[in-house]
Amino acid sequence: MNVIVCIKQVPETTEVKINPQTNTLIREGVASIINPFDMYAIEEGIRLKEKHGGKVTVITMGPPQADSALRQALSMGADEAILISDRAFAGSDTLATSYTLSCAINKLKDFDLIICGKQASDGDTAQVGPGIAQQLNIPFIAFVKKIEEISVEKKYIKVEKMLDEGYETREMSLPALITVVKEINEPRLESLRGKLKAKSAQIPVWKAADMETDAQWLGMNGSPTQVIKIFTPPKRQSGQIFEGDANDVVEKLVNKLKENKIL
Amino acid sequence: MDYLFTEEQEMIKELAAKIVKDKIIPAREELDRKGEFPKEILKSIAAADLFRIFIPEEYGGMSSKCLDLCIVVEELSKGCAGVAVSYAASSLGSFPIILYGSEEQKKKYLPPIASGEKLAAFAITEPNSGSDASATETTARLDGNEYILNGTKVFITNGGEADIYTVVVMTNKEKGARGASIFIVEKGTPGFSFGKEEDKMGIRCSATRELIFDNCRVPKENIICKEGMGFVIAMATFAHSRPGIGAQAVGIAAGALNEAIKYAAERKQFGQPIISLQAIQHKLADMAMQVEAARALVYATARMLDSGKQKNFSKESAMAKAFPSDVAMRVTIEALQVFGGYGYMRDYPMEKYVRDAKITQIYEGTNEVQRNIIGLELIKESKRKKG
Amino acid sequence: MSISVLADKCTGCKICILYCPFGAIKVESKFAVIDLDKCNLCGACPPACKFDAIAIEQKERKVTNKEQYKGVWVFAEQKHGVIDTVSYELLGEGRKLAEMLQEELCAVFIGYNIKEKANQLIFHGADKVYVADNELLNDFQDSAYAKVIFNMVQLYKPSILLGGATTIGRSLLPKLAVMLPTGLTADCTGLDIDIEKRLLMQTRPAFGGNIMATIICPDYRPQMSTVRPRVMKKLPEDTSRKGKIIVVDVPLTKRDIMTKVIEFVKDTTTHVNLHDADIIVSGGRGLKGPENFRLIQDLADVLGGAVGSSRAAVDAGWIPYSHQVGQTGKTVAPKIYFACGISGAIQHQVGMRTSDVVIAINKDSHAPIFQIATYGIVGDLFQVVPALTKKFKEILK
Repeated sequence: MNVIVCIKQVPETTEVKINPQTNTLIREGVASIINPFDMYAIEEGIRLKEKHGGKVTVITMGPPQADSALRQALSMGADEAILISDRAFAGSDTLATSYTLSCAINKLKDFDLIICGKQASDGDTAQVGPGIAQQLNIPFIAFVKKIEEISVEKKYIKVEKMLDEGYETREMSLPALITVVKEINEPRLESLRGKLKAKSAQIPVWKAADMETDAQWLGMNGSPTQVIKIFTPPKRQSGQIFEGDANDVVEKLVNKLKENKIL
Repeated sequence: MDYLFTEEQEMIKELAAKIVKDKIIPAREELDRKGEFPKEILKSIAAADLFRIFIPEEYGGMSSKCLDLCIVVEELSKGCAGVAVSYAASSLGSFPIILYGSEEQKKKYLPPIASGEKLAAFAITEPNSGSDASATETTARLDGNEYILNGTKVFITNGGEADIYTVVVMTNKEKGARGASIFIVEKGTPGFSFGKEEDKMGIRCSATRELIFDNCRVPKENIICKEGMGFVIAMATFAHSRPGIGAQAVGIAAGALNEAIKYAAERKQFGQPIISLQAIQHKLADMAMQVEAARALVYATARMLDSGKQKNFSKESAMAKAFPSDVAMRVTIEALQVFGGYGYMRDYPMEKYVRDAKITQIYEGTNEVQRNIIGLELIKESKRKKG
Repeated sequence: MSISVLADKCTGCKICILYCPFGAIKVESKFAVIDLDKCNLCGACPPACKFDAIAIEQKERKVTNKEQYKGVWVFAEQKHGVIDTVSYELLGEGRKLAEMLQEELCAVFIGYNIKEKANQLIFHGADKVYVADNELLNDFQDSAYAKVIFNMVQLYKPSILLGGATTIGRSLLPKLAVMLPTGLTADCTGLDIDIEKRLLMQTRPAFGGNIMATIICPDYRPQMSTVRPRVMKKLPEDTSRKGKIIVVDVPLTKRDIMTKVIEFVKDTTTHVNLHDADIIVSGGRGLKGPENFRLIQDLADVLGGAVGSSRAAVDAGWIPYSHQVGQTGKTVAPKIYFACGISGAIQHQVGMRTSDVVIAINKDSHAPIFQIATYGIVGDLFQVVPALTKKFKEILK
């Protein structure tokens, strides 16, 4: 089974702090991590390989430092990694990103399943996964919480898709793409042997010229959307604190809620 | 301070730190409250290959360097000393086999310990034999192809949870200190059962249990080395394991110090964070110096041990255990003081560090015994210089 | 494509450094230097610079015949014949945008046996409803639905197309955007019109809501956005409103069905859906065990609200993942959010901090949740929550 996992390196938002004077993001010393949802994608890919044989290739589009994210995926158990990096990709919105990644996947040629995390914790769009599927013209199912059945010979996959009010069982043919949610598995920790292997692994870097690409769809050129402004939202302030006997406190709170017409 | 770790050592530290952050810190309060053995966390530690650290490569290990083991134990202890000791005790139980075991014994017992599939435990303490190890009363009598073990061991870390036990017994009382031997006994051996599980002040998630040997028959191949080697092997075992306990104490102290610094930076009194007050800064400075000195002592000892250059390192090992554990006790109490009233409340992690620190001054040889060892070595050294 | 700092204008004031989300700017000798390896050309720094000292050079972009595209469209979601509230919210917002542009507001309505319901969309603000009614469209299908809307867009050329940032919307619209192709902005919390340029200004959170970005799609049509549910206001139903219902015949074959639904399993652990709820009561690690979610459910029931959870409770297996609120769970913005026994780590805050009112109950006065709570109760939730339930039961009778 040939699985491709698309990942993204993102800043660790849990550590992202806001400068209290200027209300802007403090970026120094903020660690870079693999996007949390992508960890589930990597884990699912490795589990499929362990069960069905084959290999897991992890790819990412990013700056040179994204190499460390790929190495982390390798130390979890992925077999190969490719860094897709070129200044020409700078300024990409989700359309250009899904185009660029699909060019890389086209170069990789054979695959049975592409797995993406549901969304990235910096952009929060959840658009690249479905975008890649459309670029490659393959079926996709988003928000998968479980792979029930998969067969390379039968070119078939059956999954549980998470909905707001429950879930659906859906099937489609392979090759296909899925985006996964947290419920699908528990990502393993890296092992020491994995880390040592990853340290010495060769990770090729593919530039635009290394793949078949059309420059008008790359980077800023290929991005229909543009950011015109970035600002910090008004910070939520802490409000009123009540302490004391449970019944008293409840009485006070409910009165406040009535007073302010919240109820 | 940068201790000039190799890349591999940095990796080991990162892996342990990740487990602390993702698995240990979220679970530690409940494990401590319930006194529940951290099985799942130990599985994660095994999956990260960290049990392979103290086993030689030929038997599925990866490093067998004392410094690497200390790095892991220190890191784990920053999160929870109970988890750390459950891990470290497996190394303690393995050392007799690693240092003096036969090829067959190593091939049989070390690989599953390396993979984390099985835990080990070292059993020497008895109700009447603590610091006075020569007062061991558990006996082993040869009967044909087997030895029959009788007696009780008490306060054994990983007792009941481990599968492989290295047990110190008397094979020949008349020979006194030269009459002890060490046997490998597997869980499930008829005649080997477990008694009381202790309800402890600290390291509450670690299993501390009584071992009961009632006409327990053990194949004679299970003796390590030969009869009479018991205390030699035990002393060598402790010389190898004591820096690990020192590392545990350093981790406890470092963890407590980190919490104290974080708290002092946030807690406002008199219109400012208390860390702006000199009194607090001085406390933190004193704590930081002690922790760093303890750490430096542990690492220097571990490095020296790993270099193989010094044949006898019982004095340094004793120092690397006694000094950090005394530091841990002082630092955790002072760190609690920085927390003030909140430090005393069980809702906050601080008081657990104090409760956990105390045992490091007691087990694996009380600090009084360590001082005896150091004193005796100093006497020997001064005699050598004279002569 | 390049970015440059204009030497004669830069004063080395360092403001740009604060606005760069990628840490790509340094000030050396009172002059800003941009590390091109880190710069992502995101466009945040030029507007931030007070001295207009940063310039991003843009090549000639492919311009489509924009003027031909007119109309604000809303993709009206329906499931099992019921129109999702988000569709009405979008029509409410769409009405505003349409008025500003002096263009039509239309709804796109896709399904099977849904023609009769199309009126509802007109009653909630639509001027026209484009309906595609086909047995093959009974279950939501990215491929078939996208094909239908694609055809409609080619025929009728809307300038703006909005959809809900729901499970359907976030899977359908990205596919459609690539098909057209055009720009899509996800999860918008604010929409406005730049009347001079006649552009849709789309504002949305990024970095887990730590920053907000305003985005435009100047050269491609339609300008597409998915909009966060419960942020926009729907118009009151006006059954006297008149509009046109236009049935669009889109040829579909079985080949357009790329994924097939086998079964739908409703989540029976919840009475009220998190996304639809006006009130959410969430429980966390402080509940100490799964059986105590009963307290949360009781309070939620009395208030007619939904039950939410922090990640800790889900990871401990106390409640299913579908209830998880936070960075790797759901983002919610109800009128009232009760956080019971939840410490309020940033990953959880990210999922609920835009709620109107946050009420936190925790025995730890240092818990981060109190920093964002409108009202905080420092106390034992095992006493406070039942007391709240009892009190609300009394007054809501």
